[in-house]
Amino acid sequence: MAKSKPRVKVPKSAAAGEVITIKTLISHDMESGQRKDKDGNPIPRKIINKFACTFNGEPVFECELDPAISANPYLEFSAKVPQSGTFKFTWVDDDGSVYEAENTIEVQ
Amino acid sequence: MNLNRRQALGLATGAAAFAATGFRALPAMAAAEDAEKKLMEFAGGKALETGRITLTAPEIAENGNTVPVSVSVESAMEGDDMVESVMLLAEGNPSPDVATFRFTALSGVAAVTTRMRLAKTQNVIAVARMKDGSVYMDKKQVKVTIGGCGG
Repeated sequence: MAKSKPRVKVPKSAAAGEVITIKTLISHDMESGQRKDKDGNPIPRKIINKFACTFNGEPVFECELDPAISANPYLEFSAKVPQSGTFKFTWVDDDGSVYEAENTIEVQ
Repeated sequence: MNLNRRQALGLATGAAAFAATGFRALPAMAAAEDAEKKLMEFAGGKALETGRITLTAPEIAENGNTVPVSVSVESAMEGDDMVESVMLLAEGNPSPDVATFRFTALSGVAAVTTRMRLAKTQNVIAVARMKDGSVYMDKKQVKVTIGGCGG
């Protein structure tokens, strides 16, 4: 599998206290551990099991994912923006790799 | 150990058959019960109430590999009126867990959209636990034409 590349959509600016929608997508096979290869051997599970979003270091949203989440996991959620700052996104893979993304937002 | 080809083949198919039955039969039968158990654990002894939580899923999913689902919970997300976490379960999958979402005051609105796999036609369950301990549930049946697990 090629390197997992996260994509994040956050508005560039917002009014103070506004609730915005964040969309995230990361390319990943999310191998469920249920499938078998052509010799009948089970393909080991390899999924993204955790996702977290923080704003200026404060937790906004996090989740644990199970194999029942589709390949290229897509997550859409909301966040309240009290001031200008940086959203940080982290995805944790079963093999321990961590994929990260960052996005800044300005409050007008 | 010295094996000729025939013996080796016999062993391999035997092992494969065992693995197949072991993997398939057990979870398939236990999935609905398992989901029930997970639900009870999540509720922590509280009665499951309806309302406040809305699960949006298609009535018919042509492809069980990517079924869009949304969950939203009515809440001010301030002070004591706060959604702590939301769990998503699928009764008919090999394992009922789908995901657990946790919200904070910075979430603003307790709503999430994702895409999930469904092995067959089944009920999808969303439960939300509030900060005061009350638990709300919503359930939707999704008809699946092509399964999304295994293959």
